[in-house]
Amino acid sequence: MPRVVLALGDDVSTDVIYPGRYMATVLPSETPQFAFADDVEFNGRLTAKQVPAGSVIVAGRNFGCGSSREQAASCLQGHGLVIVAKGFARIFLQNAINLGLAVVTAPEVETSEGHDLEILADRVVDRTSGRSFAVEPLPRARQAIIDAGGLIAYTRTRVSRADTRR
Amino acid sequence: MPGMVQGGEAMGMTVVEKILARASGREAVRVGDVVEPAVDLAMSHENAALVVNRFLEVFEGTGVAPRIWDPARIAIVFDHRVPAESPKTATNQRKVREFVAANGIGRFHDIRGDVGGICHQVLPENGYVRPGAVVVGTDSHTTSHGALDAFAFGIGATEMASVWALGVALNVEVPATIEVSVRGRFPDHVGPKDLILHLIGALGAEGANFRVLEFHGETIRSMSTSGRLVLCNMSVEAGATSGLVPGDEETVRYLRAEARVQEPLHLVVPDDDAAYERTIEVDVATLVPQIACPHTVDNVRPIAAVEGVRVHQVVIGSCTNGRLDDIEAAARAVRGRKVAQGTRLLVFPASARIYQQAVERGFVADLMRAGAVVMNSGCGPCLGVHEGALGDGEVALSTTNRNFKGRMGNPRSEVYLCSPDVAAASALTGAITDPRKGT
Ligand code: SF4
Repeated sequence: MPRVVLALGDDVSTDVIYPGRYMATVLPSETPQFAFADDVEFNGRLTAKQVPAGSVIVAGRNFGCGSSREQAASCLQGHGLVIVAKGFARIFLQNAINLGLAVVTAPEVETSEGHDLEILADRVVDRTSGRSFAVEPLPRARQAIIDAGGLIAYTRTRVSRADTRR
Repeated sequence: MPGMVQGGEAMGMTVVEKILARASGREAVRVGDVVEPAVDLAMSHENAALVVNRFLEVFEGTGVAPRIWDPARIAIVFDHRVPAESPKTATNQRKVREFVAANGIGRFHDIRGDVGGICHQVLPENGYVRPGAVVVGTDSHTTSHGALDAFAFGIGATEMASVWALGVALNVEVPATIEVSVRGRFPDHVGPKDLILHLIGALGAEGANFRVLEFHGETIRSMSTSGRLVLCNMSVEAGATSGLVPGDEETVRYLRAEARVQEPLHLVVPDDDAAYERTIEVDVATLVPQIACPHTVDNVRPIAAVEGVRVHQVVIGSCTNGRLDDIEAAARAVRGRKVAQGTRLLVFPASARIYQQAVERGFVADLMRAGAVVMNSGCGPCLGVHEGALGDGEVALSTTNRNFKGRMGNPRSEVYLCSPDVAAASALTGAITDPRKGT
């Protein structure tokens, strides 16, 4: 069962998730090494591969506020992390959906590091504390992109269709 | 424009609703509708390197040759790391240059002393942003361009690749609009930066998330485009999708006189009965200088709360407050005086054009004689990637727009945000200083 590996507060900015000084690194295959780079302990665990894919970061409101840098989403996705937050900043949420990073909005979520979570379509259940939290659906405008498997795949279908029309 | 009829009730449209209706070929739209607006201008900076990769990926395996929908509508401005700080950045920039040449992208601003600068100044001053336009940019402060009556918002690099391929912004949900109604005259040494910091403090960092801030009122009407850009630039710090100032005489004056636009302009203004989610009223007559304290932009206090805090580095510039009026204010404040020992004053104009004007008017000489370092136009210390980084335990006071932990290159430092007047007064004393008191 997915375990909470990091519990954060409100307004975690992209400068914290992926510091600006690593922005020259753009390839999704290279960004994961700098995830939470200034949190030496957590970054160390990630880069030492001590955090299994599917592990959960829990955060408060406005996760991913700040810059539009897509590295902030790709660096987390590269480690197979799931982000459960009370809320997300707009651009980060879009980037996450576009890249296929797993994000779950649970406005009331309260849990702690080390707890085991079960993530269902409509709720998140903390199996350690026994509490359950409702999940807010993602913006409906984005569902087609998720269904297609991300924005590249979605755009690809549109590009090929446009070509047949011509 | 006719209001739309929904459930028998006629409802007017806000500016963003009108722009999105036009751009998606509809009579009317309302909040929550999902639309695909045609994009008028698509801006990137160095992160165009990533956009190029993603753009090519889109076409992989489709049998369709990669083709940009309209190279004339793409703007690329090198600003984040100029001149390049590392071989990696320089190589990214080289690749983008090659792509620009191969694809005939017209609005390319390389690292130059004539037409270079920060994207959020280069676009307006060259007349690329027009009233009624849909502008997307791979930068969160793309909100700035709403100062010219456009709907302008930030997107990620993959989404930009999709725009390059299709020419539309995909699956945009029409955002709700908050009306911000501003009245009163600014007291001396108080201005647009204090107003927007005050608003961000009141709204909170996500108070306008998924919403547009539409600015109205006598104070806005008499504000220059330079000031309006400050308001729209920082709207994103309250989470807003965009800031927006409906077009008026000043919009036309700026576009004609400063951006040298000759084509007809079509201003977009809201209907009288536009449906706002809510209205926030502000009277600036009693406003005092505002300071955003570490480490969030919404941690805003009146200057009295932090006066006297020792500062090691004062930064004046950026896409927020690096325009000619900002540099003039700083130059006047320090003319004939000296930056305090132990404090560094870094000034970086928002564009090469502004830099030239500041040289011609003697502002650069004033600043240098006082001890300021006037740096090239670019993002520089704002994001602390290659110049102007802070030492452990140091404190900066800056006219930029973000103070998140690590923003100025070092998570073990602190950044306070303020207006150019406060910054200049504080550079002279080496501590946060209220410019209204005289120093
Ligand atoms: S000056 Fe700062 S806020 Fe403006 S575009 Fe550059 S990095 Fe972003």
